[in-house]
Amino acid sequence: MSSGPPTHGQPMNGGEALIKSLELEGVDVMFGLPGGAILPVYDPIIDSPIRHILVRHEQGAGHMAEGYAHATGRPGVAMVTSGPAATNIVTPLCDAFMDSVPMVVITGQVPYAAIGTDAFQECDTTGITMPVTKHNYLISDARDIPRIVREAFHLATTGRPGPVLIDVPKDIVDPKNPRSALDWYWPDEVDLPGYHPPSKGEPEAIRKAAELILASERPVIYAGGGILKARAAEALRELAELCDIHVVTTLMARSAFPDTHPLALGMPGMHGNYTAITAMQQADLLIALGSRFDDRVTGRVGAFAPEAKIIHVDIDPAELGKVRRPDVGIAGDCRLVIEELIEALRELGGTPAQPDRSLWKSTISGWQETYPLTYEQSAPGELLKPQFVLETLRDNTPDDTILCSGVGQHQMWASQYWRFQHPYTWVNSGGLGTMGFSVPAAIGAKVGRPDRMVWAVDGDGCFQMTAQELVTASAERIPVKVAILNNAYLGMVRQWQEMFYEERYSEVYLSPDLPDYKMWAEAMGCVGMRVESPEEVLPAIEKANSINDRPVVIEFRTDASEKVFPMVPAGASNDDVLTFQSQFGENH
Amino acid sequence: MAAFETSGEKLHLLSVLVENKAGVLARVAGLFSRRAFNIHSLAVAPTEDAKFSRITMVVDVESAPLEQMVKQLDKLINVLSITELSPEQAIQRELLLVTVDAEAAVRGQVIELVQVFEGRIVNVGHEQIMVSLEGAPDKLDDFENLLRPYGISAIQRTGRIALPRLHN
Ligand SMILES: Cc1ncc(C[n+]2csc(CCOP(=O)(O)OP(=O)(O)O)c2C)c(N)n1
Ligand SMILES: [Mg+2]
Repeated sequence: MSSGPPTHGQPMNGGEALIKSLELEGVDVMFGLPGGAILPVYDPIIDSPIRHILVRHEQGAGHMAEGYAHATGRPGVAMVTSGPAATNIVTPLCDAFMDSVPMVVITGQVPYAAIGTDAFQECDTTGITMPVTKHNYLISDARDIPRIVREAFHLATTGRPGPVLIDVPKDIVDPKNPRSALDWYWPDEVDLPGYHPPSKGEPEAIRKAAELILASERPVIYAGGGILKARAAEALRELAELCDIHVVTTLMARSAFPDTHPLALGMPGMHGNYTAITAMQQADLLIALGSRFDDRVTGRVGAFAPEAKIIHVDIDPAELGKVRRPDVGIAGDCRLVIEELIEALRELGGTPAQPDRSLWKSTISGWQETYPLTYEQSAPGELLKPQFVLETLRDNTPDDTILCSGVGQHQMWASQYWRFQHPYTWVNSGGLGTMGFSVPAAIGAKVGRPDRMVWAVDGDGCFQMTAQELVTASAERIPVKVAILNNAYLGMVRQWQEMFYEERYSEVYLSPDLPDYKMWAEAMGCVGMRVESPEEVLPAIEKANSINDRPVVIEFRTDASEKVFPMVPAGASNDDVLTFQSQFGENH
Repeated sequence: MAAFETSGEKLHLLSVLVENKAGVLARVAGLFSRRAFNIHSLAVAPTEDAKFSRITMVVDVESAPLEQMVKQLDKLINVLSITELSPEQAIQRELLLVTVDAEAAVRGQVIELVQVFEGRIVNVGHEQIMVSLEGAPDKLDDFENLLRPYGISAIQRTGRIALPRLHN
C-alpha cells in the first residue's frame, strides 16, 4: 500500500481506503488503541508509512492529538474502537471543541446492520459526540470513505477549527465482508453546500474599525486563541507596533505576542495581572481579535470594560454579539482582517493621525510598577514556592521550549510566570479546563515538534489522572519532561474553599507522598527525581534538560498554602480584583 | 444570510433549508436544547428537491436572542439557509385533529361550529366526534377555544408549515 498513490478505480477494501485517505491528507502520525470493531482498520496500518502511537488509555490518544495540533497547527488524528473506547475519547473531543483545536477522531462501530440492537460494545457515538464536535459522520457505505475523510479534514482545519469524528461500522472496512469493497477514488474538492466560513472582512467594517482605532485615546488589543489558529501572530505584532497599542493575551493566546515586548501586558482575566485587567476595564476601545469574551476574562459581564467601544473580529459569526455587542463586528479570518486593517490604517494616515496617548501609556506603566506579579519567597527550611520553581524553569530552558500545563493553580502560575517569546509554545486546556491534559498533550506536542524541548507543568491531582501515558512515552521514546508541583492538594479547589467557604476543606487533600511520584515515574520507564529545597531546583532541572532518551519526571514539593493572585472572584467585577498587594500589604 | 434583529415579538417563524441526511433533525434539536433555546413548534419534510428538507420552526426568542439562534443554526454543516418569515410575508398552515364530547343534546351545536370553520368530521362515536381542521394558526386557536366548553378529550396539532407569499 505504501508504494505510491493507488490509481483511480483500483479495487480496495474500506480499511485500506481509510488509511490511504489519511495518508493523502498528509497524516504522519496517529494516536490510538485497537479493539474489536476497529480491527480491520488496524491491519493496513502495518503497511502504512503513518506512525501509530499506542496509548494506554483513549483519553490519552485524544489529548495527544490535541497537543500535536496545538504545537504544529496540523490536525491531530486519533483512532480508537467502539463503545467504551469511544466514550473514553469524549473528554478530548469536548476539550478540542471548546478550544477550537483541529482534530480528526476515528471510532470503530458495530456492523451497520447491528446498529440499534445493543450489540456488544455498541454505543451511539455520533449521538453522544454531536454537541462536542464541529461535525460528525456515521459512514454507511464503504464508497463514501474517501469523500468523508476529505470532508472531515477540511472541516477540522478551516473556518473555526475543531474536532470532527468519523464513526466506522466494522462491516464496511472488513475485507471479509462484501460491503467493504470499493473502487478507489480521491475527490478533488469537497462539496459542502451548507459550509461557507468567512475569510476576508467587509471593507466597510474594516474602514470603520480603522477609524475607531485612530480616534481612540485608551485602546487595548484583546488577543485571543484565534490569533494562533489563524497564524496571525506576526500580523498582530505589526498592528500593535503600527498603532503603538498595548496587547493582552488571553490564556488561549499566550505565546501569540512576545511577553518581552514593551507593548505586552500579559494575561487578563480571573488570574490575570492587575495591569492587563485594569487596562481593559478602563479602555475606551477594545480590539478583540479571535477572542470570545469568556466569563473568565470578563468577570461580571455587565461591569466589564464599561466605557469601551468594541471592535470584534472572529471567524465564527456567532461569536459576534454573543456576549457583548460590538460597535464594529467583523466576521473573518484574523490574519486576513488584521492585514486589511493595517492597510486601512495606513491609508487613513496611520499613527500620526492618532490622538496623543502619552497619559494612557504612563498610567499603564504606573500600574505595572505598583502592581507587579509577585509572591513571598520561602524562608529557609520551608517548602518550595511554586512560583520560584517556575521562574527557575523558565530561566533555564530554551526560549522556544514548548510549555504544557494541566488545570489548576499550577496552570495559572505557569501562564503568569512564563515569558513566552514564540508562538505555539503554550499548550493548554482553556475552555474545558481538563485535569489530566498536560502529560498526554506534551507527548503529542513532542511527537509533532521533536526538535523542541517540551516541558509539562502539572499538578499532583492532574498527574494522577493521565500519568499512565508516560508508559507510552517511554515505550515510544518520546522524551518529554514533567514538573509536578506537588502541593498535596487539589490546590485550586482548596484556594476557593479557603477564600469562599471559610477554610472548610472538603475532599481536597491528596497527601504529599501517596503515591510516591519518583518511584511511579521510574516504574513507567522515566527518570524520576524529587526536589524539596530551593538549592536542589536548578540542578534537577539541568539534569532533566540533559536527558534526551527517555521521559523525566521531577516532583517538586511545594507550599500548599500558596494562593494564586491576582484573583477576580467568580461573579465579581474586574474592578474588584484582589492582588497580592491588596491582600498582604504594600510593604511586601 | 441577513442578520436578524429581535423585533420584540416572542415567537418567530424560521424556514430552514437542510440537507436531507440522517441525523439532521437530531442536530437541530440538540443544538436548541444545548443552548437553552426553545422550539415552539416544528415541521420537517423533504422539499421539491429530494436532496433537501425544509424545517419550519416557530421559535421562542424570549429564551435567547433570535440572532444568536440563527447564527448557531447556520453553523451546522448540514444547514444551507435560514430565512425568517414575517407573518405578513408568509402563508402559514397547521392541521388539527380533535376529539370532542358531543352528546345528542349538544351535537347539533358542535356540528354547526365545525361547519362555520369549514372543518371536517372524520370519525363519529356514540358520545364523541372527531374533527379535522386545516388553516392558519389563529383560526385553529379560535376553533379550539370555542370547542373547549363542550369537552375536548384529545387534541393534536401539527407543527406550523409556511412558505413566503408570492410577489405580484
Ligand atoms: C477532570 C476535572 N475534574 C475536576 C476539575 C475541577 N478542578 C479544577 S482545578 C482542580 C485541582 C487540580 O489539582 P492539581 O492538579 O493538584 O493542581 P493544583 O491546583 O494543586 O495546582 C480541580 C479538582 C477539573 N478542572 N477537571
Ligand atoms: Mg495540587
